[in-house]
Amino acid sequence: MESIGDLIIAKYNYWAVITLLLIGLYAMIAKKNLVKKIIGMNIFQTAIILFYVSIGSKKGATIPIILHGPAGSSHAVHAADYINPLPHVLMLTAIVVSVATLGVALALAMKIYSQYGTLEEDEILEKIMESETG
Amino acid sequence: MRTLGLIAAFCLGGLLFFISFDFPSWGDALSPASRHVSPYYIEHSLEDTSVPNIVTAVLADYRGFDTLFETAVIFSAGLACFFLVRVSERQVPAARFYRHLATGITFRIEKGGRLPEGTGEFERIDSLWVPYDVIIGMTCRLVVPFIQLFALYVIAHGHHSPGGGFQGGVIFGAAIILFAISTNLRRTLKRMSERSSALLSSLGVLIYAGTGLLCLFMGAGFLNYRALAAILGVDQVAARSDGILIVESGVGIAVAAVMVWIYYNLSSAGKQDEGL
Repeated sequence: MESIGDLIIAKYNYWAVITLLLIGLYAMIAKKNLVKKIIGMNIFQTAIILFYVSIGSKKGATIPIILHGPAGSSHAVHAADYINPLPHVLMLTAIVVSVATLGVALALAMKIYSQYGTLEEDEILEKIMESETG
Repeated sequence: MRTLGLIAAFCLGGLLFFISFDFPSWGDALSPASRHVSPYYIEHSLEDTSVPNIVTAVLADYRGFDTLFETAVIFSAGLACFFLVRVSERQVPAARFYRHLATGITFRIEKGGRLPEGTGEFERIDSLWVPYDVIIGMTCRLVVPFIQLFALYVIAHGHHSPGGGFQGGVIFGAAIILFAISTNLRRTLKRMSERSSALLSSLGVLIYAGTGLLCLFMGAGFLNYRALAAILGVDQVAARSDGILIVESGVGIAVAAVMVWIYYNLSSAGKQDEGL
């Protein structure tokens, strides 16, 4: 029977990720301002990135750069000595892509602002309704 | 909407919290994620590619396709920003502002007025101009070249230390954006025009895809750098290492140029006339 302390240590990375994920999700649902929605989306992405990086960790392992001596000296490399490089690879590209998509999202928000003069979702919807009926 | 959001968030949160007990513990060396392909990468990357940094080897060699299309995604994001906000027709602004360099007096010149361009005594300023801070300007001027140098180091040393094309490219782009923030957009555009940022971003993707195609023409698979051994005059393992460097520089160029391009379009609302 594992103690409650061990359980917390084993799982708290997931709880931190879940908390961030929910903050982002709530912001995307509940906030009316489009820029706040975009910020929520970014927090959500951060949660996913942290999730991937945390599942790649191994206890007692080092960063995935192979320690090597002078040229010619070879030694066996054990997978248990290095943390999983795969989540790092995937997240490395994901971080830069998230910055680029953030740029696109802000460009869209800018376009909406120049069209409707506001970034509040309810006011934009009101103006769309007006232009459709009137 | 607010309560609905709270309910949705808490339902999902409860579900995820409940599921988290079935997940592998933190730091578990035998977690499913670390058991399938990752041991192969860790144990073979050095002998396959002679690149000690496994992340770089996996990024540009084993999973080169993924990275190629990620670079394409970044390029298309830059393109999307351009098409969304760029104002193509050259609009003459209602009024322009100039500052006399010797006295610091600012002038507002209405549409149709004679512009004091080319005299060297006046400097064009933005309509929402605040006086430049000496400390900020000087610090940025001193720091920007070193940031750019560090970016090149991060790209070139990505084989042996944490780094690579994506990180170095972002640092390089950030240095140019820092320059743009500390001075103004027009001065930055003189040093790196919009055309060159657009061309460089496509050049980066072209270098990546071109390397892949070159491998194809040399008789191997797409992005199989071993085929480059004959061209580069090295053995096949070193060719993979060199191929990774070529591809990473392509990624670095594309990422840096796209970051700057997006900044140009966003900061000036597509006019590329006045901006931060």
